[in-house]
Amino acid sequence: MRVFVPTPLRAYTGKRAQVDAEGSTLGEALTDLDRRYPGFRFRIIDEQDGIREHIKIFINQQQVRDLAVALGGDDEIQVVCALSGG
Amino acid sequence: MKQMKMNRKLDSSRTAKTGPVALLIGSRKGAFILRGDKSRRTWKLSAPILLGNIVHHLVLDPRDGRTMLMAVRTGHLGPTIFRSTDIGKNWKEARRPPAFPRAAEGQKGLVVDHVFWLSPGHPSEKGIWYAGSSPPGLFRSDDGGVTWEGVAGFNQHPMRSSWVGEGQQGPPDGATLHSILIDPRDPNHIYLGISAGGFFESLDGGADWKPLNKGCRADFIPTPDPEYGHDPHCVRLHPLMPDRLYHQNHCGLYRMERPEGRWVRIGDNMPKRVGDIGFPLVLHPRDPDTAWVFPMDGTTVWPRVSPDGKPAAYVTRNAGRTWMRQDAGLPKSQAWFTVKRQAMAADTHEPVGIYFGTTSGEIWGSRNEGEKWTCLASHLPEIYSVEVAELSR
Repeated sequence: MRVFVPTPLRAYTGKRAQVDAEGSTLGEALTDLDRRYPGFRFRIIDEQDGIREHIKIFINQQQVRDLAVALGGDDEIQVVCALSGG
Repeated sequence: MKQMKMNRKLDSSRTAKTGPVALLIGSRKGAFILRGDKSRRTWKLSAPILLGNIVHHLVLDPRDGRTMLMAVRTGHLGPTIFRSTDIGKNWKEARRPPAFPRAAEGQKGLVVDHVFWLSPGHPSEKGIWYAGSSPPGLFRSDDGGVTWEGVAGFNQHPMRSSWVGEGQQGPPDGATLHSILIDPRDPNHIYLGISAGGFFESLDGGADWKPLNKGCRADFIPTPDPEYGHDPHCVRLHPLMPDRLYHQNHCGLYRMERPEGRWVRIGDNMPKRVGDIGFPLVLHPRDPDTAWVFPMDGTTVWPRVSPDGKPAAYVTRNAGRTWMRQDAGLPKSQAWFTVKRQAMAADTHEPVGIYFGTTSGEIWGSRNEGEKWTCLASHLPEIYSVEVAELSR
């Protein structure tokens, strides 16, 4: 499946805006991403498996809040940094 | 007698350095290194490091003179630690940053919001580092900061939740664990401060902890002389006299002489119009009777800026009996910055250099123990921390 990566995380993906990942759930896909790009997962998912406060994750443009959500091979994951800070 | 022997033993390793000095600056928008020459007259600012990242602390390992750790997060991304093994030229993220353990099913677990404080371990324990977090947690690395584990003796102490006031209103940026101090005589003797929560001591390498707050005021708690719940802003242990602790608290300035465990207020001797509220506290590397503070306005609604807009450091040369104002070179009026608890440091030259960073992005330094101040850098982001790195060349 395809993953769209926001600019704050592209230091992990070699500046790539789109990368591939595998997994049957969002949690598995993020674990796979972390295997390919070490450190990626913990910056957006906390140690209790919560999506961090200023991170939003969309699957096929629908926001999800649970890492257990099922994925298909053609799904698109979009990681978005919420508007925040100053 | 034991203390005197200790002083002599340590004194040889604490002779005045003569090499160049670098200031390691953590800011709200990245880190910077301000390199001075041997005379400490000429300073050159580095390009920003991790521009845009929030850097709470940047520290050099004095044991190898090369490894640096940096506590980092961004507005969006979670907390982590970056490390350099070439004095800040290249940086790599920790493989396993500090994190609390996963909670049991159905229970709410703690989440590290940011790493606030970094302390190298005992000189005899190369590679060991400690980190303090918000919410208050203690973490340890045995491999120079590559991987981190929670110190269960504190993080899972049955009293921790009460000590840190979990679930209660805390400081604006969250309660923090800071001032992790290692007794130079014994790596298992560790102190730490929690703002707010109090000051604590472990005699067994962090397996168990006890509050050490007697004599310290906590006038925001209705209970007289509470056992914990105090608000230490910064606590320092003198390396040549490890039984002496200095303490800048939310409720004044204190000193403690061990083994007696009672804080004695030394801030009552500050001028009344200035008060004894502030954040940082810095010690003279060779004179345990000398310390510097940078008072902040703690009246009315706690502006936390220099009293009357007239910034000044205050120095004591007699362990807090008297204090002397040091403001030569600093703005004489209308200067409304804050100096945070990690944003003041000393080098080990003779005379000692004192440095501080401001929330308005200036670095000030004195080559003569605070007698005259000079602005060394300006227009930086809000400064969170300043540490000194003594370089060999």
